[in-house]
Amino acid sequence: MPKTTPLNATHRATGARMVDFGGWDMPLHYGSQVDEHHAVRRDAGLFDVSHMLAIDVEGRGARAFLRHALANDVDKLATPGRALYSCMLNDAGGVIDDLIVYGFGPERYRLVVNAGTAAKDLAWLEPLRARIAHDARLTPRHDLAMLAVQGPHARARTWQAFPALRAQTEALAPFHAVEADGMLVARTGYTGEDGFEITLPATRGVDAWNALVAAGVKPCGLGARDTLRLEAGMNLYGQDMDDHVSPLDAGLAWTLDMKPGRDFIGRAALERARDKRAFAGLVLTGGGGILRAHQQVEASRGAGEITSGGFSPTLGRSIAFARLPAGTEPGEQVQVHVRDKLLPARVVKLPFVRHGRALIPLEDEERQTS
Amino acid sequence: MKLPTDLRYTATHEWVRSEGDGTFSVGITDHAQEQLGDIVFVEPPKPGRRVKAGETVGVVESVKAASDIYAPVAGEIVGANADLASAPEKVNEDAFGAWMYRIKPDNAADTERLLDAAAYEKAASA
Repeated sequence: MPKTTPLNATHRATGARMVDFGGWDMPLHYGSQVDEHHAVRRDAGLFDVSHMLAIDVEGRGARAFLRHALANDVDKLATPGRALYSCMLNDAGGVIDDLIVYGFGPERYRLVVNAGTAAKDLAWLEPLRARIAHDARLTPRHDLAMLAVQGPHARARTWQAFPALRAQTEALAPFHAVEADGMLVARTGYTGEDGFEITLPATRGVDAWNALVAAGVKPCGLGARDTLRLEAGMNLYGQDMDDHVSPLDAGLAWTLDMKPGRDFIGRAALERARDKRAFAGLVLTGGGGILRAHQQVEASRGAGEITSGGFSPTLGRSIAFARLPAGTEPGEQVQVHVRDKLLPARVVKLPFVRHGRALIPLEDEERQTS
Repeated sequence: MKLPTDLRYTATHEWVRSEGDGTFSVGITDHAQEQLGDIVFVEPPKPGRRVKAGETVGVVESVKAASDIYAPVAGEIVGANADLASAPEKVNEDAFGAWMYRIKPDNAADTERLLDAAAYEKAASA
């Protein structure tokens, strides 16, 4: 039996097409994935992300434990409620998971991990805690619902649904969270748009969902979530990186805190790493198909592979992430094996879209200026 | 499932419509477009190509996945719907109106052996 979130019946009643996602029965879309995508770029969309797992890490040893377990440094969480993106690595430097860690003080943290990896993460973290941090506690929070409200009007519509939240969240800076009205409200997301991620007791999930929908926030499924994160240049665990891929080969070097003397799991392997790969965006320049994961790429310095690909509703063309030979630079023309054809694509810097705007030159404009 | 009864169907979710001049239009069914989700790319076969029954002749790609389109019968491709290149979403909006290609069967009787609406409905819901 697939696992269900507190909103499962609500999704079904809304006409969602449901799919299995990492063992969870989740909405793929509620009619049109493309319409849902545009709603997030132009107005506000609502995602059930209750399948992700919150793990509270508390106690005197919590800080030292997380400084050792995570490749980014939780000491960056200086102000209460601050959030940080980090990878959790194995000894070989592969990515066990990518996660968000919130800090509420040196003895109180919360990790939010991917749904499909939650069991694996706990099986890794708990023995590690037992070995190095007896005075830290790990508490998986299966009693919570999580809703993401994303888009240029997401905050205003959230305040319309929950007027009591406004005073405490109006000044909330990006990548910060605050506890308000029994909810944890974070100004974070996975779409490249402004908005909130709201964590609340599972029992309040349906009422909160309905209040947000009544305030004009459009229900969006995992399909739109994927095209939005792709445009926003955000990695997806299991596709762009996994246990056997180094963050250095997945465009995640910026998340590694390598300050001298800081020891964390995977660091030694990262320092030994050779032949790092470039990780960049691709834009299909002439059409003729759709870029997809696992397609082979021919670049000037050798072969590469697409890790995530699809159709970008915002740009109206196909885009992808690719692992390419080191030294492959934005602007280079490459060829991609799409079904039985070789199609031209251009290497671009990520992200493709942020806050509703295209950040990459589109080739029509390029032609005019070159 | 609401299926036009004047069309023939394949188990691979194509519909086939007689144009009355010995040629037949082919598209994908409403059920197929619903399964695929938002369609973002259609590549029909090129006119002039000779095809066998069941041969892969083109592709439909949605936001979700790529899906082959097949020839319902042996024959010659005699037309392709160029409008779908710039407006692939027409397949979602009107699956039975958005024809993808036209075929002239080698043997017109072959089309009579394709599924009727009732048989397709049974096959598609199995």
